[in-house]
Amino acid sequence: MSATAPVISAQNVWKLFGPSPESYLKSMPAGRSFDEIRADGYIAGVKDVSIEVGRGEMLVIMGLSGSGKSTLVRCFSRLHDITGGTIKVDGQDIMGLSERDLIELRRNKMGMVFQSFGLLPHRTVLDNVAFPLEMRGQDRHDRRERALEVIKLVGLEGREEYFPRELSGGQQQRVGIARSLAIEPDIWFLDEPFSALDPLIRREMQDEFLRLQEMLGKTIVFITHDFDEALRLADRIAIMRNGAVEQCDTPDQIVMNPATEYVAKFTEDIDKARVVHAKGLAKPVNGHALEGAPINGGATIHELARVLVNDNRILLPVANDKGVVTGVLERDTALNVLLGAE
Amino acid sequence: MATLSTDLTETSDTPWGRSRVLTVLLAVAFALILAKAVGILPEWLNRIPEAAIPPTAQVLDAVFSFIQNDLGLIYVTRFIAEGPLEFLLDTSANLLEGKRRWPYLGPIPWSAIAAVAGVVGYAVGGWRLAALGAGTFIWTAAIGQWKIAMQTMSVIVVAAPLAFLLGLALGIAAWKYGWFERMLKPILSVLQTLPFFTYLLPAVIFFKVGPTAGAVATITFAIPPMILMTTLGLKKVSPEVIEAGQMSGCTRWQMLRHVYVPAARTEILVGVNQVIMLCLAMVVLTAFIGMPGLGAKLLAMMGSFKLGRSFEIGVTIVLLAVTLDRMSKAWVVKQPVHFERGTPWWKRYKISLVALGLFIGFILLSQLFPILAEVGRKQHLSQGKEIDVVIKSFLAIEAIKETTEWLRWFLNVKVLIPFRDTLLAIPTPAFILIVVAFAYWIGGRRPGIYAAVFFTIVAFSGWWDRSVITLYTVISAVALATLIGIPLGVIAARSERWSKSILLACDTAQTFPSFIYLIPAIMLFGVNDVAVVFSILIFAAVPLIRYTIIGLSSVPSEMTEAADMSGSTRRQKLMSVQFPLALPTMAVGFNQAIMFAFFMVIIAAFIGTQDLGQELQRTLAGTELGKNFVLGLNVSLMALTFDMAISSWTEQRKKRLGLD
Repeated sequence: MSATAPVISAQNVWKLFGPSPESYLKSMPAGRSFDEIRADGYIAGVKDVSIEVGRGEMLVIMGLSGSGKSTLVRCFSRLHDITGGTIKVDGQDIMGLSERDLIELRRNKMGMVFQSFGLLPHRTVLDNVAFPLEMRGQDRHDRRERALEVIKLVGLEGREEYFPRELSGGQQQRVGIARSLAIEPDIWFLDEPFSALDPLIRREMQDEFLRLQEMLGKTIVFITHDFDEALRLADRIAIMRNGAVEQCDTPDQIVMNPATEYVAKFTEDIDKARVVHAKGLAKPVNGHALEGAPINGGATIHELARVLVNDNRILLPVANDKGVVTGVLERDTALNVLLGAE
Repeated sequence: MATLSTDLTETSDTPWGRSRVLTVLLAVAFALILAKAVGILPEWLNRIPEAAIPPTAQVLDAVFSFIQNDLGLIYVTRFIAEGPLEFLLDTSANLLEGKRRWPYLGPIPWSAIAAVAGVVGYAVGGWRLAALGAGTFIWTAAIGQWKIAMQTMSVIVVAAPLAFLLGLALGIAAWKYGWFERMLKPILSVLQTLPFFTYLLPAVIFFKVGPTAGAVATITFAIPPMILMTTLGLKKVSPEVIEAGQMSGCTRWQMLRHVYVPAARTEILVGVNQVIMLCLAMVVLTAFIGMPGLGAKLLAMMGSFKLGRSFEIGVTIVLLAVTLDRMSKAWVVKQPVHFERGTPWWKRYKISLVALGLFIGFILLSQLFPILAEVGRKQHLSQGKEIDVVIKSFLAIEAIKETTEWLRWFLNVKVLIPFRDTLLAIPTPAFILIVVAFAYWIGGRRPGIYAAVFFTIVAFSGWWDRSVITLYTVISAVALATLIGIPLGVIAARSERWSKSILLACDTAQTFPSFIYLIPAIMLFGVNDVAVVFSILIFAAVPLIRYTIIGLSSVPSEMTEAADMSGSTRRQKLMSVQFPLALPTMAVGFNQAIMFAFFMVIIAAFIGTQDLGQELQRTLAGTELGKNFVLGLNVSLMALTFDMAISSWTEQRKKRLGLD
């Protein structure tokens, strides 16, 4: 397997809810809309979705409630059996796995965090975190050591003996995160992990999450209904509606070039300058004569505001984090984004 | 938004219209009654002729005998009875009451048991429960009832865990397999309405007279709520907890063992509470098949009208019931609390160590002071004779005697007997039609059809008159209970303090084994019909009061506030806001009252009735399993008719009011 092969690859995935979804899907005429399917007595939880997640990438699936985002992520982990299409994890078709193999896959490769935490109320923090290790039969001493390690990682040291109901919401979700990390998964699913928390704690947990991700570099599928959260965390965002993916792209592209009206509605009120990066706006060099010091491609337009206003060059060279010039930014375009004029 | 509309328009669910069906049913019934009054009704329309009644009992007897002897079920049951079950019962009997069986260690000194009960009480609910636990056992020993109380307990400590395990296993199976649940549901509803005599006779026939039969009847009686609570709890486990378990790579067994069952802990423990309480209620009743213990003693004392001793035994039973109930309920709500890291082991297990220490300590002490081991015949503090004198002289006071005698005369001559004779005078088909009309009016088409089927079966069972007498007793008692219970509930619901204390009293009263309710009835009215109705009345009033208070106090406050702000008087508020909204809840209480009454009317056979219960009690002496079943089924079918009609009304009403 090459290094660039996707970790999760979904092809034309369908998940229908209803009396006999398989036979309905087979007989269904192509191009049927969500509402037409509903009129036939079925709910299209996931509707013809094809998407890939690369190694070490953070894909955020964004959508309002009922858009199918939670269903899609449950298809990836086969908590739901899909109705049509294929899902491959590390090149392996997960619908073809036996119960035993599926359990092995989850025990060794996948971790998941839930919106309402899903903690076992009768177990202490330590026992909750050690739970997946206990299930795969690791011995008591080993699992205790590993659990203590992850508890420390999420900053819950000293609370090992507490029961979930003795903790605040934020702390409970830290336990959920620690549990999902205990088996050192390659793939990390997070289903609206911060939605049940109040806004201040949510912000703090996002920072914490970014810190963890920087350290661990997992492949992540993150679900949220909060567009700001998606912009803040994502490498790529997939926006879902009625079970289908409306657009899947980098935050810069989604903000600058929304593919559909539905996506545009989300981006309308966003301060684009705070989202769009210089490299996202840059064009290929193509023989333009460049002069002067390059600007950092990884910075947002907002962060570059002072330079953009004060500089008087028409074209600004853009460099990557190694200092190599990769593109060229028209100062006017950037100023338009900054001033909110299209 | 508090919308104040409680007048619901009638919606007819049949093209025929509800009122027209009702008119036709009642008109036919009335015509039949009229025909009888004039004397033109042919006899075969008045009562079903003997010749038309199928020999159900004989057929059932043949079937049972085939299963029992030809298929050899008796060998299986006898093996269980004489093997593992008897072994467990002998062991517990040895430890608690000193029966000469393996392990030949008992009896455990009463002081040691009281001490452990105190520590357990403290562990689950603090000092108050500690006092209750220790106090109950000290009382039992001091009053000289230790041995009979332990005979009762030795069956409970075997029956309750077995009922728990069986109920848990069946509950899990019902949750896992839909077909099993669908099959089990009707059986459970019949089991829950079957009179206890019908549990007793098969137990005796299949499982040998004595503690084994008592234990089997008790276990069967206690299982249904455990099954229902287990299934309910497992269904309620949050989907995220389930998914968390799956994502942790649990196998099916691990899911059940580590995720589902612990997450359903609360419901399962509520089931345990119910199992314990039903076990106690039934164990006391096994006195009717000659099981020694508190029940048998109470039966004997009441039979010879020794009111003082009956009262004392009653107190013991009540104390045991309250202790077992409070402790198991405290266990339900008790949540684990963490220990700081580095707490030494003896601190973590402090309570268990104290219990063990006290247990051993009292065993040793009782070697030195024999009174701590056993309270002897002449040492106990029983005041049976004195209490007897007090009660009897109290009842002999002129004013009280006159009141009870007048009440007895009035109820008997003016109310009960005329009512009974009226019911008995109604021709069978007319009676069935009236019941069907009632069920249809209240619950709709389905309950109506069931009522028709069920009562027709009763009519063809050959026990119609006795069934009508049973029904008459139930109706009179519940009607009187409603007249007393609902006003009481309404008054209590006015103040929060009163509601609280009356609810507590009702909850406590509901834990008493039903047998207890016979004591005041016999004390006040002696042995006659009025005592029967009275004992059922107080037993049935408890749920009525309870649910009236719950119903009224759970009316959302914005509704009553809206009524207040619309300027309604207290009476207007009660009649047009609180009652309509509380009615579905109150109906649950009414339903329970009827079920309780059907249960109690059978026990009242002990006082002397002429209904199905009396016949049932007679079957216990013989081996007429078929007759026993037919009689039991009659009671069950009549009870189910009411249960279905009222539950269906409650459900429809709740749906239309938009409650839950």
